[in-house]
Amino acid sequence: MAWDRNQMAARAAQELQDGWYVNLGIGIPTLVSNYIPEGVEVTLQSENGMLGMGPFPIEGEEDPDLINAGKQTITELPQTAYFDSAQSFAMIRGGKIAMAILGAMEVAENGDLANWMIPGKLVKGMGGAMDLVAGVGRVVVVMDHTNKHGDSKVLKACTLPLTGKGVVDRIITGLGVLDVVEGGLKIVELADGVTEEELRAATEATIVN
Amino acid sequence: MKKVYSNAAEALDGLLHDGMFIASGGFGLCGIPELLLDAIKDAGTKDLTFASNNAGVDDFGIGILLQTKQVKKMISSYVGENAEFMRQYLSGELELEFNPQGTLAERMRAGGAGIPGFFTKTGVGTVIAEGKLEKQFPTGPDGAMEDYIMEEGLFADLAIVKAWKADETGNLVFRKTARNFNVPAATCGKVCVVEVEEIVPTGSLDPDHIHLPGIYVHRIIKGEHEKRIEQRTVRKKETA
Repeated sequence: MAWDRNQMAARAAQELQDGWYVNLGIGIPTLVSNYIPEGVEVTLQSENGMLGMGPFPIEGEEDPDLINAGKQTITELPQTAYFDSAQSFAMIRGGKIAMAILGAMEVAENGDLANWMIPGKLVKGMGGAMDLVAGVGRVVVVMDHTNKHGDSKVLKACTLPLTGKGVVDRIITGLGVLDVVEGGLKIVELADGVTEEELRAATEATIVN
Repeated sequence: MKKVYSNAAEALDGLLHDGMFIASGGFGLCGIPELLLDAIKDAGTKDLTFASNNAGVDDFGIGILLQTKQVKKMISSYVGENAEFMRQYLSGELELEFNPQGTLAERMRAGGAGIPGFFTKTGVGTVIAEGKLEKQFPTGPDGAMEDYIMEEGLFADLAIVKAWKADETGNLVFRKTARNFNVPAATCGKVCVVEVEEIVPTGSLDPDHIHLPGIYVHRIIKGEHEKRIEQRTVRKKETA
């Protein structure tokens, strides 16, 4: 047993605090918006120039002038504000966005994050990921604990080119929740039905507790 | 001085030359200067360097200039969704400089603001930092020193931009997320040409609601836009 994609997203949503401005990455992080706890109001930022991102439009109401950073058609909310890309990254770099929840290819025990390129494979670009991890208040990674070959993605050191150095605060995987602390990673929580031994066995990084 | 031109070819007349550097607005296919890109294709200008967040798709946006091999170099943050781009890049025909998205936007903004260089945390400790000047500033908790890298402002020969409305003096209003890179791109060009959906009489825009003042805008055209959607995502209508 372990958390599935939706359970990981639901666990990540517990990280959100009332009044926060938050940026959600593509993939599992996008699902987090389905699980925002009752009574917690968060404003979602889309780095192409919008605060207050609403759900997908009803069929027939798509607007080509209204998309998210994944280029999907979306809608606005009563609190929505639009701005240009320089302003958008000014608020990111300036630390106004409380948290980014992102996917990853690899995370290391020192908080290094790799999620934009695999040498020798097609490189599409980093988009806004490097700016986000450098600038926001807190970086939470949501990803599978191991890759499709069963190798740990939670490493002593990243092997892939970095998106950011020492930027990750918390890692949420199918097996549990880990924090980046002095000397390595600390187990914060185990996923339902996962034993500490299972999580340790699937983790290459140093676990300090 | 007359800023309104009758079509894209006329608005670009005398501004294009081989090897020039063009900054373009748009994010994905949203808010791209599609009419001006078409006119650059028709003009056949070659060896172009483009600063643009993306490179369009194969048959729309900057993609149409890749088909005709008019582009020498792209400065972009993300170039997926374009098979011809990848083919030219992998075969070495096309140069590519990846910039983090916020760094690209700020490089345009800085260039337009007369700032030739600035320091940013983005990319510290990554391949992006290689060969760049590094400096520490006391921005950490309790004045702790933190690492920054220097990035340079962009100064383009020409900016091409898409806005929603303009008045006859070039004051611009954008619509929703189609504003994106259009504002910083507009400011960093020696000359800025803008295409809009509507030109309104001077005095009819509320001066408090202008997103980019006409000082940055030199030529304007009005035209019909295709405004293609890249990822159509919808939800079912909720039944009460």
